[in-house]
Amino acid sequence: MKSRFLRGMSHGIPIALGYLSVSFGFGIAAAKCGLSVFAASIISATNLTSAGQAAGIDIIAAGGALIEMVLVQLTINIRYSLMAISLSQKLDKCFTTPHRFAASYGITDEIFAVCSAQKEPLTPAYMYGMILIAFTGWVSGTAMGVSAGQLLPASVSSAMGIVLYGMFLAIIIPPAKKQKNVLFAVLLAAGVSILMRYVFTMISGGFAVIISAVAASALAAVIFPVKDDEEAHE
Amino acid sequence: MSIAVYIFVMAGVTYLIRMIPFAFFRKKIKSKFFRSFLYYIPYAVLSAMTIPAIFYSTGSVITSVAGTVVAVVLAYLDLPLIAVALAASGTAFLAGLFC
Repeated sequence: MKSRFLRGMSHGIPIALGYLSVSFGFGIAAAKCGLSVFAASIISATNLTSAGQAAGIDIIAAGGALIEMVLVQLTINIRYSLMAISLSQKLDKCFTTPHRFAASYGITDEIFAVCSAQKEPLTPAYMYGMILIAFTGWVSGTAMGVSAGQLLPASVSSAMGIVLYGMFLAIIIPPAKKQKNVLFAVLLAAGVSILMRYVFTMISGGFAVIISAVAASALAAVIFPVKDDEEAHE
Repeated sequence: MSIAVYIFVMAGVTYLIRMIPFAFFRKKIKSKFFRSFLYYIPYAVLSAMTIPAIFYSTGSVITSVAGTVVAVVLAYLDLPLIAVALAASGTAFLAGLFC
């Protein structure tokens, strides 16, 4: 139990470091929107997501309607539902309903990525350890961003913007190197994503990720159906 | 409107999006297509999130590309996540000193 928790924490360290820089930027943006350290930290603690929060504080600053808030959060964050379904397939037996209620709070892009790369079934303790350390990085970065404003020199904070993406590459490249079906899905998703960014520019970032990922995964599933023994290597 | 109301709505929607499928999706999926689809989703999501966003992640395309190249090479060599992530950032920082 304890070792699983610690294992989750150690796997969460790169996530927390990345979050520290991203949430620092969020904190600066929140200060510009007139939010206090307390309000911004509460937003980070209760949402634990970057894109949704960034859009949310804009709506708060503009005094937007609550229905707009609901729709924007739904659109940007609906990808978490797909991730939650994906993770639900690899949970350990000890993952009871109360644990699911609690751990689902921490399904972020990065936590999902690291959890889905695990070979063994997921336990609540492992996820809690990872969520705790990621949470700490996310909330403390937010508080520092709002209060200190320019704690880090711009050259450092801008270079930290690539940390999370570097981690994503480290997750997808090794399996893509070994399995041509994964390589296919990865390249196709990247291709569709590029198309969205430069050609279909009216599609927002959150939607672009959903469309790219669903299209690439569906096509890969048709062309390269996964055999059961292959899934075991996941 | 009070900020507390906005925050409550924002947090509530975000939590339900994560919680409902995670808590109530209990069956093992039998459909071969859907199982395969879910197998590819993590890789596809991360790929779509990374490309092309990584090229703008540092505010300069030049330093971002430098960091990306280093990350791709180190990831290809199976280095640990944290090493790849920090090397990408370190490279972007160093590249920034020269341009």
